[in-house]
Amino acid sequence: MTLSEGPATVPLLSVRGLTKLFGSFAACNAIDLDIAPGEIHALLGENGAGKSTLVKMLFGVLQPSAGQILWQDAPVTIASPGEARRLGVGMVFQHFSLFEALTVAENIALSLDPKISLARISEEAASLSKAYGLPLDPQAHVADLSVGERQRIEIVRALLQNPKLIILDEPTSVLTPQEADRLFETLFKLKAEGRSVLYISHRLEEVRRICDRATVLRHGKVTGACDPSQETPASLARMMVGSDVAEVHRDNTAALGDIRIEVSNLSVPARTPFAVSLKNIAMKVRAGEVLAIAGVAGNGQGELFDALSGEYPVAEDEAIRIRGKAVGRTGINGRRLLGAGFVPEDRHGHAAVSAMALSDNLLLARSQSDKKAFLSGGAFSVIRFDAIRSATRRICEAMDVRKSGEDPQAGSLSGGNLQKFIVGRELDRQPSVLVVNQPTWGVDAGAASRIRQALIDLARSGSAVVVISQDLDEIFEVATNIAVISEGRLSEAYPAGMLTLERIGLLMGGIHESHSIPETAHAH
Amino acid sequence: MRIELQKRARVSTLFSILSPLLALALTLLFGAIMFWLLGKNPVSALYSFFIEPLLEVWSLHELAIKAAPLILIAVGLSVCYRSNNWNIGAEGQFTIGAITGSILPVMYPAWHSPLILPLMLILGMIGGALYAGIPALLKTRFNTNEILTSLMLVYIAQLYLDWLVRGPWRDPQGYNFPQTKGFQIEAVLPEILSSGRAHWAFIFAIVAAVALWFMMRFMLKGFEVSVLGQSERAGRFAGFSARRMVWFSMLLSGALAGLAGISEVSGSIGHVQPVISPGYGFTAIIVAFLGRLNPLGIIASGLVLALTYLGGEAAQLSIGISDKVSRVFQGLLLFFVLSCDTLIHYRVRLIFAGTKTAEAKG
Repeated sequence: MTLSEGPATVPLLSVRGLTKLFGSFAACNAIDLDIAPGEIHALLGENGAGKSTLVKMLFGVLQPSAGQILWQDAPVTIASPGEARRLGVGMVFQHFSLFEALTVAENIALSLDPKISLARISEEAASLSKAYGLPLDPQAHVADLSVGERQRIEIVRALLQNPKLIILDEPTSVLTPQEADRLFETLFKLKAEGRSVLYISHRLEEVRRICDRATVLRHGKVTGACDPSQETPASLARMMVGSDVAEVHRDNTAALGDIRIEVSNLSVPARTPFAVSLKNIAMKVRAGEVLAIAGVAGNGQGELFDALSGEYPVAEDEAIRIRGKAVGRTGINGRRLLGAGFVPEDRHGHAAVSAMALSDNLLLARSQSDKKAFLSGGAFSVIRFDAIRSATRRICEAMDVRKSGEDPQAGSLSGGNLQKFIVGRELDRQPSVLVVNQPTWGVDAGAASRIRQALIDLARSGSAVVVISQDLDEIFEVATNIAVISEGRLSEAYPAGMLTLERIGLLMGGIHESHSIPETAHAH
Repeated sequence: MRIELQKRARVSTLFSILSPLLALALTLLFGAIMFWLLGKNPVSALYSFFIEPLLEVWSLHELAIKAAPLILIAVGLSVCYRSNNWNIGAEGQFTIGAITGSILPVMYPAWHSPLILPLMLILGMIGGALYAGIPALLKTRFNTNEILTSLMLVYIAQLYLDWLVRGPWRDPQGYNFPQTKGFQIEAVLPEILSSGRAHWAFIFAIVAAVALWFMMRFMLKGFEVSVLGQSERAGRFAGFSARRMVWFSMLLSGALAGLAGISEVSGSIGHVQPVISPGYGFTAIIVAFLGRLNPLGIIASGLVLALTYLGGEAAQLSIGISDKVSRVFQGLLLFFVLSCDTLIHYRVRLIFAGTKTAEAKG
């Protein structure tokens, strides 16, 4: 029943009719998959397509409801990750499970037999990391390491078990282009040794570059199996999404207006031991401009957002100006009243309360900025539920939010639909300044293009937009100007047309060009 | 074999409503078993425990007297718990409220004025609020755990009261009994009806419950409480301050506990003595949860828990068992309320090592 002609040899791992039901919802529905020895096999699909569920079953985290897993043609039951490891399956998760206060060797030891001494683990880890080109100091504390280095720990940890199959879940989503290249070299080395790699991604370009075969999932079903090098990104995207994804349109002819948001000399000490401090940040965003801030996760994006939004006001009132007014010490609602809107990174528990209805989540962001419309009763602040519900309806229509029921809980919406609502909640006010952190993180392609288009349209209508993002494709799609944040420092902004991927990669790695150094120096 | 709790995909609305009733039924069942093990007839024991107190007018008045402090304290606690502040020290705030409220009648027994009662009630609320302010201050300043600090302050308050009535506040003409002078008539909270002892505290309780229900249901302040209780980060995004909420919820619940304290002393006892509460402040925690942290539900659950106090007294007289039985019933009730709630949100799975696990069926 495989769609592509299987390799002549016995496949390392086959999956036949694998199904996983959550209640009556089939997260995976009769999946067939073959992984040959020594191939890099891509598993493609949008968020929610069932990729993670599938690999969790392969790694013994979840148990299938129906279907079979064959390991070298023998049926197996993988009851736990431990059994998966014994079988020869290693996994590198998207979200790392590392203890920041422990060293690299200690973290590796935690997943191994407790009888092995720490010294031996350090030794083996060091030699492995050398052999595979994954430079790593076993004595370093995880807290001091970059995201790329943390990922190497996970990979080395998987390799120590000498696996025949390594599963990597969205490994490049946290890497700079250069770091990703280094990872690919490691993968080719593993392949040359006859190991197989199951590579989960939604980045089409890199799948075309490194994978031998690809299986595409949509809504829990296999919708295609192909040789990715024979496909175009557009044809792969069609298999993933099921239809053509709307392209984002923009015109760069719009003239820029006055300065809407101006940051100068903004320094913020780290709030917690694991946070990043902001160092001397300066930026200007004009009306009609989209300033995109690129950078690898964990380089101060969240801290910059907190300072810009006023969730954590800063000590220096003059450091941040919105529409000419110094607001450094003003809280988030004071800034909203000046016409600013904010979209934080984390949908659940930050931008929205998952267990509350959409209408409540509308009130969450706009209780003060829309006081006249949403509250009555003077000092009693009685909530006008009817006004809020009709505004919720208006936003859902404007942004095409798909939901079940009139006013469901935020947590019941898919990531993409909730994000459309959260962005729509701000757009509905026509903010003159909008600051967005990771606007399309974990969002399906259809919703992502809709959100990006909305951001561009907002700028075109005369607002200033700041987009903080890790997704370089997104940055090039929306940006008028691009700046890069690295270790809490913000580079100067360059017009989007002037920057290449390579140059951004260098900036993301913290390598600033020589001419920018005297400039930061005289800013003191 | 191991036992796992697995989160349910959706929560049954029917069982969310039924859960307190289910807990009540299970409590009765296990109570019956307990009576049977004690060698009593379970049916008649349950009858004298839960039904008899409801059949006479005077005992209905007693029910209102016992329910009033429970409801007053529990509605305050419900706001606290909704906002994720765990005030366990209502018993102490109740005690301090009783002390500060009694300052006027104890120190100025000759002052006869209609002003004295309102002033006592206000002083009682201030005392309770200030005492709850201590854990609030410690939490906002030093990030201490309010569960521990508020609980420990209970014992300080109780010992302070004990010292006070054995020392400076002892009635010189009281034959060395550790109690103050009886309050002057203007300082006694009046009865609601002429048919019995039930006094105005019950009215205060109903008014407080309805007012807080209105706040939680319709006002932005109530929205702020629930947002901060569910996610501090989202609350910050909304511009709400978690620190101010600690103060608001602690002071509010402390003031209501203090009001309950002075009402109890002024309305039910008439003087101050070493022990003024059969654990109202702790039982109110059960009341709050049994009422699902909803002020209207708390009125009902307050009456139920008050019945266990009355039943305990009745059982002592009619079937001759210790009034500790009421504590057992309260404990059973809390246990079943919490476990019913847990089972509404989670499904229990038995995992047998080595065998294929039984899959969830819908």
